[in-house]
Amino acid sequence: MTTTMTPHSTAPSAERRSREARRRLSGSAITTGTWVLAFIFFAPVIWLVMTAFKQESVAASNPPVFFFVPTFDQFAAVLGNGAGSYFLNSLIATGVSTVFVILLAVPASYALSIRPVKKTQDVLFFFISTKMLPVVAVIMPIYVIAGQIKALDNIWTLVVLYTAMNLPIAVWMMRSFFQEVPAEVLEAAAMDGAGLIKTLRTILMPMVTPGLAATALICVIFAWNEFFFALNLTAANAATVPVFLVSQMTSEGLFLAKLSAASVLASLPVVIAGWVAQKQLVRGLSMGAVK
Amino acid sequence: MASTLVDRHNLKQHKLKNATNGTRHSKVEGWRRRGPLLPALVFTIIVTQLPFLVTIWYSLRNWNLLRPDGNQFTGLQNYVDIFLDSTFRSSALNSIIITLGCVFAAMVLGIIFALLLDRKFRGQGVVRTMLITPFLIMPVAGATLWSVSMLNPSFGLVNWVISLVGIPPVDWTSSFPVVSILMALVWQWTPFTMLLVLAGLQSQPKDVLEAAQIDGASWGKTFLWVTLPQLRRYIELGVLLGTIYVVNTFDQIYLMTAGGPGTASANLPFYIYQRAFLGFDIGQAAAMGVVVVIATIIIATFALRLIFRSFDTKD
Repeated sequence: MTTTMTPHSTAPSAERRSREARRRLSGSAITTGTWVLAFIFFAPVIWLVMTAFKQESVAASNPPVFFFVPTFDQFAAVLGNGAGSYFLNSLIATGVSTVFVILLAVPASYALSIRPVKKTQDVLFFFISTKMLPVVAVIMPIYVIAGQIKALDNIWTLVVLYTAMNLPIAVWMMRSFFQEVPAEVLEAAAMDGAGLIKTLRTILMPMVTPGLAATALICVIFAWNEFFFALNLTAANAATVPVFLVSQMTSEGLFLAKLSAASVLASLPVVIAGWVAQKQLVRGLSMGAVK
Repeated sequence: MASTLVDRHNLKQHKLKNATNGTRHSKVEGWRRRGPLLPALVFTIIVTQLPFLVTIWYSLRNWNLLRPDGNQFTGLQNYVDIFLDSTFRSSALNSIIITLGCVFAAMVLGIIFALLLDRKFRGQGVVRTMLITPFLIMPVAGATLWSVSMLNPSFGLVNWVISLVGIPPVDWTSSFPVVSILMALVWQWTPFTMLLVLAGLQSQPKDVLEAAQIDGASWGKTFLWVTLPQLRRYIELGVLLGTIYVVNTFDQIYLMTAGGPGTASANLPFYIYQRAFLGFDIGQAAAMGVVVVIATIIIATFALRLIFRSFDTKD
């Protein structure tokens, strides 16, 4: 074998090998750079979690302490502080509003895609335009009207508002999923004599279930994290987790570690849901425009 | 291409209508089509449009909850007042600075992160997960994390890091309130732009890139002339949706600076909130809300044209 190798043939392969090595080297440099950048960007999250496991005196020290004996004291303090009712309120506001959004958005987006109404574009335009209206422009009448009908500090007021807040996004998203259903499938169903309900149940819904999950995820994220309405329209009874979080910032004494523990608990449900459903996240955030 | 299904149905519907040619039939059909849409449409109109009509009504009244004699019709007096109000103007300016600054910075960072993620390497999935996390953290938690743990003048992490290179401690939220708010906002919104750009990169036809490589185009040239034009739609979409979300920023300002010092970092949502819920000046706050909505409609008219273009030309 070696005897047949001529200098002529080894030269280019050696060159190629060295080029390959150089590329691999620059490749691993880029990988290292990516990791460093990602670590810097992620560092506040690490710091938040670390602080949550500290004693207050350790948390507010200068210079910062990186090695310490972790404690669950802060989590215990947060949970002992009546966090449960706030989490329950958030759960109701998020869960019920998401169900309402899906119930309203699925038929609506069906009417905007599969069997479209006239002026579909105008209706879509209207839905998205409500998303552009500043919330602050309607907070006063909502506050006054809610006060008059005794609906202040009532979790159902938040449910209604969160439904309205997420409905336009859901309509756009579900429409984009319905549009992907091939017309042939629907025609075949019609030919088989399947009625509307049957077509919906047996053909359309199974095909758009992943879309439904993506839509629900986005609604859950926005509803769970919503602060403005919760701050202005709730008090002792209906306050949600973000309001609870703010109440942990007391002016007197040390609160940093406890606030961090509360922040970790408050963010955990959405963080885990988002980690699990990364693909749906992109689609949802772009209202279905990005597949 | 995306509208083929709709078109086909419209066409079929059209043919059907011509065949039967009965107005009664098409009326029934029209309502059958509209039926599923109506609950969502009516609900949205009631919850989002009616309050706004009431806001317009309030804006014409001299209503301050602190003055019991108030609540009379004053015509356009509230509008005259807010145009003479320098804080309204500075809040409007802050709204623009914060929105444009955040969307621009998040887009640049997002493009960089997306390019770094768009190649195979060890731990790609972990890095991606790390990079999207700031978007998933509750904004209220993110805002307090930045204002207390990161930017606190005496024990914040940022001051400790800059002290390593000999920079004296900075009282971030007092000295640079808008910059501090932008840090928290950009941190939160970069994952959003990154995910959009990444989706754009991954939808790129690989043969075009290979052809550019075979032609000997450098990485920079390929990016500038091949990748960037293909990303355009995704970047436009990111800017547009980012603007819709960021322009309403409230949490970070409320928690990090409370609009201060003074009103130095108040944006419009925060200033209107202050006037309504701390100043109890319903009339003025309502008038500001109306002005913001009108401005939004003007901007949105242009923006929506863009969004429809980018939704309709999808491949």
